Amino acid sequence: MSCLKLSAMKPGASGIISALHTEEDLFHRLAGMGFRVGKLVTVVRRGKFSGPMHIRIGTTDIMLRRLDAQKIDIHPSI
Amino acid sequence: MKRIALLGMPNTGKSTFFNRLTGASARVGNWPGVTVDLLGAKVLLGDETVEIVDLPGIYDLHGFSDDEQVVRHFLENNPVDQVLIVLNVSQLDRQLSLVLQILQLKMPAVLLLNMVDEARRHGISVDREKMSEMLGIPVLGMSAKYGDGYKEAHELITREVRNSEPVRLEKIRELLVRDDEIENTMEHVFTSTVQVPAQLSNTLTEKLDNLFLHPWLGLPLFFGVMFLLFQAIFFLGAPLQDLVAWILDQFRVLVLDPLFSNVPAVLNGVLLDGIYNGVGTVASFIPIIIMFFLFMALVEDSGYLSRAAFLMDTLMSKLGLDGRSFVMVLMGFGCNVPALMGTRVMRSRALRLLTMLVIPFSLCSARLQVFLFMIAALFTADQAPLVLFSLYLFSFTTVFLTALLFKGKYHSEEAFILELPPYRFPTLRQMILRGWHETRHFLHRASKFIIAGVVLVWLLTNFPPGVETASAQTWAGRIGEFLSPVLDPIGIDQQLTIALIFGFVAKEIVVGALAVIYGSEGTELMGLMANQLDWVQAYSFMLFTLIYTPCLSTVATIRSESRSTAFTIVSVAWPLALAWVVSFIFYHGARAMGY
Ligand SMILES: Nc1nc2c(ncn2[C@@H]2O[C@H](COP(=O)(O)OP(=O)(O)O)[C@@H](O)[C@H]2O)c(=O)[nH]1
Repeated sequence: MSCLKLSAMKPGASGIISALHTEEDLFHRLAGMGFRVGKLVTVVRRGKFSGPMHIRIGTTDIMLRRLDAQKIDIHPSI
Repeated sequence: MKRIALLGMPNTGKSTFFNRLTGASARVGNWPGVTVDLLGAKVLLGDETVEIVDLPGIYDLHGFSDDEQVVRHFLENNPVDQVLIVLNVSQLDRQLSLVLQILQLKMPAVLLLNMVDEARRHGISVDREKMSEMLGIPVLGMSAKYGDGYKEAHELITREVRNSEPVRLEKIRELLVRDDEIENTMEHVFTSTVQVPAQLSNTLTEKLDNLFLHPWLGLPLFFGVMFLLFQAIFFLGAPLQDLVAWILDQFRVLVLDPLFSNVPAVLNGVLLDGIYNGVGTVASFIPIIIMFFLFMALVEDSGYLSRAAFLMDTLMSKLGLDGRSFVMVLMGFGCNVPALMGTRVMRSRALRLLTMLVIPFSLCSARLQVFLFMIAALFTADQAPLVLFSLYLFSFTTVFLTALLFKGKYHSEEAFILELPPYRFPTLRQMILRGWHETRHFLHRASKFIIAGVVLVWLLTNFPPGVETASAQTWAGRIGEFLSPVLDPIGIDQQLTIALIFGFVAKEIVVGALAVIYGSEGTELMGLMANQLDWVQAYSFMLFTLIYTPCLSTVATIRSESRSTAFTIVSVAWPLALAWVVSFIFYHGARAMGY
C-alpha cells in the first residue's frame, strides 16, 4: 500500500496516519488535537486558492494549513 | 486560602463553568511566574472561601504554545490545592491525555465531563464509575451551559477541596517532564469506558459548514455577516453613546458648573475641562465596548469566528495574520478600542501583537467625522465621495503594508491549527456577562491613563495662565512652533498642529478644537479654513490624521492589552513616522505636479 501526504488528499477521502514528520512543537500541537500515528482522518474540504484544509479526526473538526498537512503521511483506506 | 485551578482543553466550556461558579465576581489578576492576565475569583464553597483561577485552555501540558507555557509556569510557581479538569465528553478520545498528564503530577484532581447535553444527542455514553476507578479520581458529568449536573459538581468540589492539600512545588517542577506512556493508557481508558456510535450525527453543523464554508458563497456570506455585525454594533451603539454624552453634559451644566462656579478659573479648568472630560472620554467607550462584546460573544461562541479564519486564511497567512485578525481589523473601522481588546481570542502572542499593530490604521468612526468636516470645507460635492474613498484605500493599504513589514518581527512560532467547533448558540447570560467583564477590564486598566492624558492635553492647551485657550502662546502652541520644521514640509501649519495635539485625546474633538483655534464655528469655520488652506494642505492633514497615533484611549488599550511598554512605543512611533512620510510624499508630489 502506498503512502500519501495528507495535503494531497481529496475532499471526502480518509486514511490512517502513518507518520508525522514535524518539529517538536507542531508534533505536540497535532497530538493535542488527536493526530497520532494509527488514527483515522478524513478530509472534509479544501479551501480555494491553496487555502487551508478542513480535517475531521474522531469527533473533532480542525483546520490545517497545507504546509503543515504536507508533513503528515497517510495510508489511504479503500 | 485554598486555591483551585481550572484546567482543560480549549473550547471545552471551561470559561462557561468558571462563570457559573463565580458569577460576575471574577477579576483579572497577575500571578507569580506568568506574564499574562488570568481570571480569578474568590468563592464561598461550603464554609470556606477559596480562590478559583481559570487557566488558559491547553492541548498538552508539555506543549510549546504560549498558553501551554503559561499553565506550566503557573503550576510551577503557585501552590494549587485542587485541579478541576474540564473536558468535552464528545472528544474524550483525544482529551483524556490531559487528565493523565495532570495525574502524573500527583495533583488532587476532579474530572468534569462537560457538554453532556451534546453527547446525549450524539448517542455517546460514558461509564463514569469505571473511569473514576481506572483514573483514581472522581468523575462527574455536567452541562456548564445549561446547568445539568452543576449542583452535584458543586457539592463534590466543596467536599474534595476540604480535604485536599497542595503538592510541593519542587515536586511539580520535577515531575513536569514528558512521558509517552500516556498515549497507551489513554487508549486503554477510552476504549474501556466510552461508547461512541459509529456515525456521529453531526448533521446541523455539517449543513451549516456546507453553506458558510462553501467554495463560492462562503466569502460573500462572510462579508454579509461582517456587514450586519458592524451595523448591529455601531449603529445600535451610537445612540447609546450619544445618550451617555448627553447625561454627562447635563450633569455638568446642571450640577457641576453651578457647584464650581466660585472656585478659581484654573482649578475649575483642571477639574471640569480636564478630569471631568477625561471621565467623559472613558465613559463614551462603554456603550461601544458592551455592544461589541455582546455581538462578539455571539460570533465567537457560535464558532463562526473560526470559520472566518478558514475563509480568509489564504490572504491572511501571507500577511502573517489570520482570519480572526481580519475580523478585528474590520471591526476597527467602527472603533479601534474594542477591536484591540477582541484580539485576546488569538492565543499566540506574536500573532496578537501584529494584529494590535495594524488595527489602529482602520479608519474609525471618530476619524470619519473629522474627514467629513474637512472634505465638506475644502472639496466640492462631486469630489467628496472620491476623496473619502481614497482615504479608506489608504487605510487598508497601511494595514497591509504594516503587516508585511512587521510580520518578520512579530512572527508566530505556533503552527496555525484551529479547531472548528460545532455551531452553538450562546445564552443571553453568556453574552451579557462577557460585555460586563470586558467593560470592567477596560475601566480597570485604561481609565487612569486616559484621564491623565486628557488633563495633560488640557494643560498644554491652556497654560501658561492668562493666555487664550489653544492660541499660539500656549504650551501647545509652542510645541507647534518647535515642531514647525518637521510639520511645515508636509503643509501642516501651526494652527493645524494644535488641532493634532488635541486629536491625540480623541479624534472626535478635532472639529471642536478647530472651532476653538480659529475662533469660529460651523459653515463660518469651513469658510475660514477654505480661505487659509488649499486642498493639498487639507488632504495632507487628513492623511496625517488618518495614520498618526490613534487616540489616547487606543494607546491606553494597547498598553493594557500588550502589557509591554516597548510594544506600546513601537505602536505609537511607527504610525507617526509612516504618517509623516506618506504626507510628505503626497504633499511634495502634489506640489511638484503643479497643484
Ligand atoms: N452544548 C453545550 N455547550 C457548551 C457547554 N458548556 C460550554 N458550551 C459552549 O462551548 C463553547 C466554548 O465554551 P467556553 O466556555 O468558551 O470554552 P473554553 O474555551 O473552554 O473556556 C461556547 O460556545 C459555550 O457556550 C455545555 O455544557 N453544553
